[in-house]
Amino acid sequence: MHIELNHYLWLSAFMFTVGVIGVLVRRNAIVIFMCVELMLNAVNLSFVAFSHFLSDIQGQMMVFFVMTVAAAEAAVGLAIVISLFRNRQTVNIDEINLLKG
Amino acid sequence: MPNNLPEIIEQVKLSLGAFVPEISLSALFLLVITLDMVLNEKRVVIPMVSLVGFVITGFFTWQQLDMPNQEYFLRMHVVDPFAVFFKFLFLGAGALAVLITMDSEELGEKNVANIGEYYAVLIAMVLGMFLMASASDMLMMFLALELVSISSYILTGYLKHQIKSSEASLKYIIYGAVSSGLMVYGMSLIYGLTGQTNIYEIAKFISANEVDEVTLTLAALLVMGGFGYKIGAVPFHFWSPDVYEGAPTPVTAFLSVGSKAAGFAMLIRFFKVAIPAEPTGELAFDWVNFFALIALVSMLLGNFAAIWQSNVKRMLAYSSIAHAGYLLLGVLVADDLGTQAVMFYLAAYTVMTVGAFYVVILIANKIGSDDVNDYRGLGKRMPLTAAALTVFLVSLTGLPPTVGFIGKYMIFTALLGKGTVFLTLAIIGVLTSAVSLYYYFKIPLNMYLRESEDGAETPMESSAFANALAAFLMILTIGFGLFFTPLANFAKNSVIMLVMN
Repeated sequence: MHIELNHYLWLSAFMFTVGVIGVLVRRNAIVIFMCVELMLNAVNLSFVAFSHFLSDIQGQMMVFFVMTVAAAEAAVGLAIVISLFRNRQTVNIDEINLLKG
Repeated sequence: MPNNLPEIIEQVKLSLGAFVPEISLSALFLLVITLDMVLNEKRVVIPMVSLVGFVITGFFTWQQLDMPNQEYFLRMHVVDPFAVFFKFLFLGAGALAVLITMDSEELGEKNVANIGEYYAVLIAMVLGMFLMASASDMLMMFLALELVSISSYILTGYLKHQIKSSEASLKYIIYGAVSSGLMVYGMSLIYGLTGQTNIYEIAKFISANEVDEVTLTLAALLVMGGFGYKIGAVPFHFWSPDVYEGAPTPVTAFLSVGSKAAGFAMLIRFFKVAIPAEPTGELAFDWVNFFALIALVSMLLGNFAAIWQSNVKRMLAYSSIAHAGYLLLGVLVADDLGTQAVMFYLAAYTVMTVGAFYVVILIANKIGSDDVNDYRGLGKRMPLTAAALTVFLVSLTGLPPTVGFIGKYMIFTALLGKGTVFLTLAIIGVLTSAVSLYYYFKIPLNMYLRESEDGAETPMESSAFANALAAFLMILTIGFGLFFTPLANFAKNSVIMLVMN
């Protein structure tokens, strides 16, 4: 089978949806961050696919920056999880419910 | 775009001249980090250095007023009056944030051991906002937005030993990461449709070629997810009440004015340039109706949900959602009058919101609570502070003679004469403002007409510096309400945005 642009786009859309659903249904903060990473990787896949099929380099440039930002976000996110864990001894977001209303 | 290396280097060298304010902020960031390492006594020196740095940056920004409207750095960065206006706004908000931080007990010596990094991250956030206001490429938009977002996650969670602060920060980063993921996915779709990342090239492509309408609409909706989260409009507002309540109050103040203004700057530029409301071609992603819906729901939900809040910070969060709705009304008119009104209102909003949060800080320093029921009897105990808070709340409601009234007036008049839909929106805007009167005036009611439970009447005024700053903001709120022409003219001259070349 010849792989075309649409195949990549469907895979990317599927990965992105899995990521979004994961963020909505999972209760562990660490797993939620993993799902966010999945979303960003889906975006990267679609950028690379477009870039290849348009024969244009800009899409691949975006990918580098998206990866860098994802790393920075994960670093800050995990630091926040650690500081929360020190206070509450839990990473379950159902138990983190001091602020509401 | 040039292809050989020497030409690229030449272009970057030429662009450096248009990047002086940003370079100056970066240098300030490094200076503050270094000072934080070498100094022992930081609580006065570092804020002072930051303020001086902001003033110097302001001077460089002022010099940009006469620069030609042009794109720099291989079409990543624009300098135009629109961007310069917002840069001044961010510097003002940043300077006010530094000033109100110095007075906050929450971030005082007892609770936070190391304050140097706080100012450094704040400066980084201002830098990110500068870049947001002048980004002309989707890559730069994404990076600038993330610079602001990541800095604000850190600032929100700065009180490491308080559960509330960490919790707010976690919620913020989860919502933020998801929204920016949605936004960058939308950007990838736009890139796929047009093969361009520069917003001017996207506009050119869309007007010259047939583009799949459904995909473009989907992409624009996804991009709006990222912007909507930054400006705190419904349905991307879920983070804001929790973050506003949990974050240290100076950070809340800065988030509510700075990152909202930056979000609006980027949103206006993106939708006005990349996806024009009336494109020359067949295609039209009808973002005007879409924004009308968001604005309507934001105004209603923000104002009605605020009625039931007893925490003042949380109430101001819902009020800021409602204000995002009012501001969107100005955006969706999609003409210069509307944009001008939005810019004026954002400047007005900065003064009155920072003022309100500052007074909340001063009161919390004394009574240790943000709850409106604990504000009873404060009219007698802290007369000046209570008077200042009342002025800021009058301005937030939009009553004369304050700057908030002029701002709302400008936005609503921009809507007149454009058709029934806009007129209806303006009427709903006025009516919801009347609703906001109810919850805003709960605070003066408690302060002036009710006695505190323990009957305490001992005065507890704040320091002279605090009183001077509160009075200064109060004078600005009323002064710009009476003599609004200079600010309005500045906004009017600044709507000039670099359009397609």
